[in-house]
Amino acid sequence: MTAPTIVRPYGDTTGDGMVQVSFTLPVPHDKRAEGAALQLAAKMGLEPAMLVHAKAMGPDFTFFVVYGSAKHLVDLSAVQVIEREYPLLSAKEVNAVIKQRLARPLVVVGGCIGTDAHTVGIDAILNVKGFAGEKGLEYYGEIKVVNLGAQVLVPELVAAAVEHRADAVLVSQVVTQRDAHLHNTREMSAAFREAFPAGRRPLLVVGGPRFDETMAAELGVDRIFGRGTTPGEVASYLVHALLPEQAVS
Amino acid sequence: MTVEPKLGLDPEVVASARRLARRAGGPVVELARTHTTVSVERAVLRLAGITGADPDGIPWVNRLVDTVREQVGLEHGVALPVYDALVREGWDDVTLLAQKAAAGAVPLRIPTGAEAGTAARASREAVAQGIARVDRSRRTREELIRTIGDAPRKPWIYLIVATGDIYEDIPQAQAAAREGADIIAVIRSTGQSLLDYVPEGATREGYAGTYATQENFRLMRAALDDVSRELGRYVRLTNYASGLCMPEIATLAGLERLDMMLNDSMYGILFRDINPIRTFVDQRFSRQVHARAGIIINTGEDNYLTTADAVDEAHTVTVSQLLNEYFAKEAGLADWQLGLGHAFEINPEIPDSFRLELAHAMLARELFPDAPLKWMPPTKHMTGDVFRGYLLDGFFNLVGAMTGQGILLVGMMTEAVVTPFLSDRDLALQNVRYVMDAAGKLHEDFHPRPDGFIVQRAKQVLSEAIDLLGRIDDDGLLNAIADGTFGITKRPADRGKGLDGVAQQADGYYNPATEILEGDQR
Repeated sequence: MTAPTIVRPYGDTTGDGMVQVSFTLPVPHDKRAEGAALQLAAKMGLEPAMLVHAKAMGPDFTFFVVYGSAKHLVDLSAVQVIEREYPLLSAKEVNAVIKQRLARPLVVVGGCIGTDAHTVGIDAILNVKGFAGEKGLEYYGEIKVVNLGAQVLVPELVAAAVEHRADAVLVSQVVTQRDAHLHNTREMSAAFREAFPAGRRPLLVVGGPRFDETMAAELGVDRIFGRGTTPGEVASYLVHALLPEQAVS
Repeated sequence: MTVEPKLGLDPEVVASARRLARRAGGPVVELARTHTTVSVERAVLRLAGITGADPDGIPWVNRLVDTVREQVGLEHGVALPVYDALVREGWDDVTLLAQKAAAGAVPLRIPTGAEAGTAARASREAVAQGIARVDRSRRTREELIRTIGDAPRKPWIYLIVATGDIYEDIPQAQAAAREGADIIAVIRSTGQSLLDYVPEGATREGYAGTYATQENFRLMRAALDDVSRELGRYVRLTNYASGLCMPEIATLAGLERLDMMLNDSMYGILFRDINPIRTFVDQRFSRQVHARAGIIINTGEDNYLTTADAVDEAHTVTVSQLLNEYFAKEAGLADWQLGLGHAFEINPEIPDSFRLELAHAMLARELFPDAPLKWMPPTKHMTGDVFRGYLLDGFFNLVGAMTGQGILLVGMMTEAVVTPFLSDRDLALQNVRYVMDAAGKLHEDFHPRPDGFIVQRAKQVLSEAIDLLGRIDDDGLLNAIADGTFGITKRPADRGKGLDGVAQQADGYYNPATEILEGDQR
């Protein structure tokens, strides 16, 4: 027997389609509210649906738990998965990869360039405190972080990258008045091209809430990260880009 | 609840832990006594009555302190040159002086002799008025608690709001209070700790939090006063006295009657890379203000456990609590004002994790019997499996119930998933209530075996803490911080943010606020 390509959710019997959902409606708890919850369940494709719990939350809201059989079918042959170009690694895994493939700490130099005084982005990625529950790169034992802070001049950034032998340079740009973030990034990448022979320049990464992630080549950098990027994503990218599996240095 | 000792800790061992903490902290206090910072001086000017900001949003206190620093340096403090100029010009509006001085229209100097005495007296008079306002806020709080009523039981239930928009925060905070919160904490915008000025006015945009400003403080406190009257219990307000503006934010909190402030002795150094000397100088002043304002501080030991292993590094929490206690008492805070932090962060996969949590929490309780400990919920091992997370939060609440925690930050099953839904908050509060109602008095029956696992573990953590304090004493606290003893970061005393805002006090340094705060306290 070949594996079925059409499946339904599994409660306690194959094909029963059973799911459980909970939600809140902005209505006081009464008979009408319960009817409204069942209506939503039906529109979500749960037929038949059982309202197993309803509870007032304050005078204006009601919380529901609903069990029901989802009428929708899942076609496994039509499932499309977008593969991430690099695997998301834990801090431990990132450290292990660096230890094994680089045998010295990976050096990251970061800062905000131009007149931008908003270090919120670079600090979210670099400070131990981190962002979205993830610790920043300082937390990684195998990454050495040099955070230059705000309003770093491009020549200072290049000098710091040379001095610390940076493997990667991280730049954050929040201010976008008159496309300052784009001009600053182009100026920065040009300065690095000038200061380093091809193939020896550090990896250039920029981030900020208003960047278009597809513009990396146009701006002369290796990677752009947009709003909501976490330190773990950046760390995973760095080891992916700098320490690919086959290369052993 | 009164704490009945159950661990059989040797009082001599406990006393030696405190002695070691005092020895480690002493030199740092000396450093704080002999230095000042731009933020301490700005706080003095705020107490003296300077308000508002220039058209670019830079507060006048920043403009004036920068001007003083350029013209005569910071090492004598700002009170003397500022009040010398004010007296000479014959003005009485110090904000006006800030505006003129920033424009370069008022030459500043360090007065000497009789003129120094005149300037000192004038500045002391002005600052005393600010401190009188802090005193009035404290009396108002006490009065409101008396007339409206206090939170009916302990632990106080601590809930967080953080929309970025103060006008959204207000209805959310009121709703949270109606649902049962005794304490509302308004999370700050990401990165405010690294701003070297306090933004002005009501703010409607923040990153993952709302800016701490004097006006936001005032608006939220007024809204909570309304809901306190409605509910018949005084709802407390919390914010963050941390980062580069710690002394100023502490001052604004005192003026606007905030009730609790997060204020840790080393958090900014370790987690925000703020210069250690800057932090210790700022912290001592901010704690003196908190002491005066009757504000309860919350320390940040939970942070150690989110970066390090909660079993291996349990003793670093104890060490930090002892240091926080020493620094706090030195600054004049009383036991009831010490919300020393700790957290439920042991990996639930390891055997006996609950017994270990209980041992650690009991140790904190017995080491600090008169402090309202702040008990922080699991975050590190909340996986996104909300059902399992709900169970973990239940066990967290149980430890809280069994160990008489003073402040309980309510754990959300959606931790690390989404901003809690309305229903998540309701479920979380049901969890707390169920555990407190079902097991709130379990401590009366619960006595760990004298030679059992829990007692042994608590004693082991205390002994490891004493070993670490001994090593810190040999090395010096600043060196220990530089060497990465706490957390995993190395923070040398000559590095970090805000160092350029630190100045060693010269002979004749004068700070009327410190004089009043220390004079009345000792």
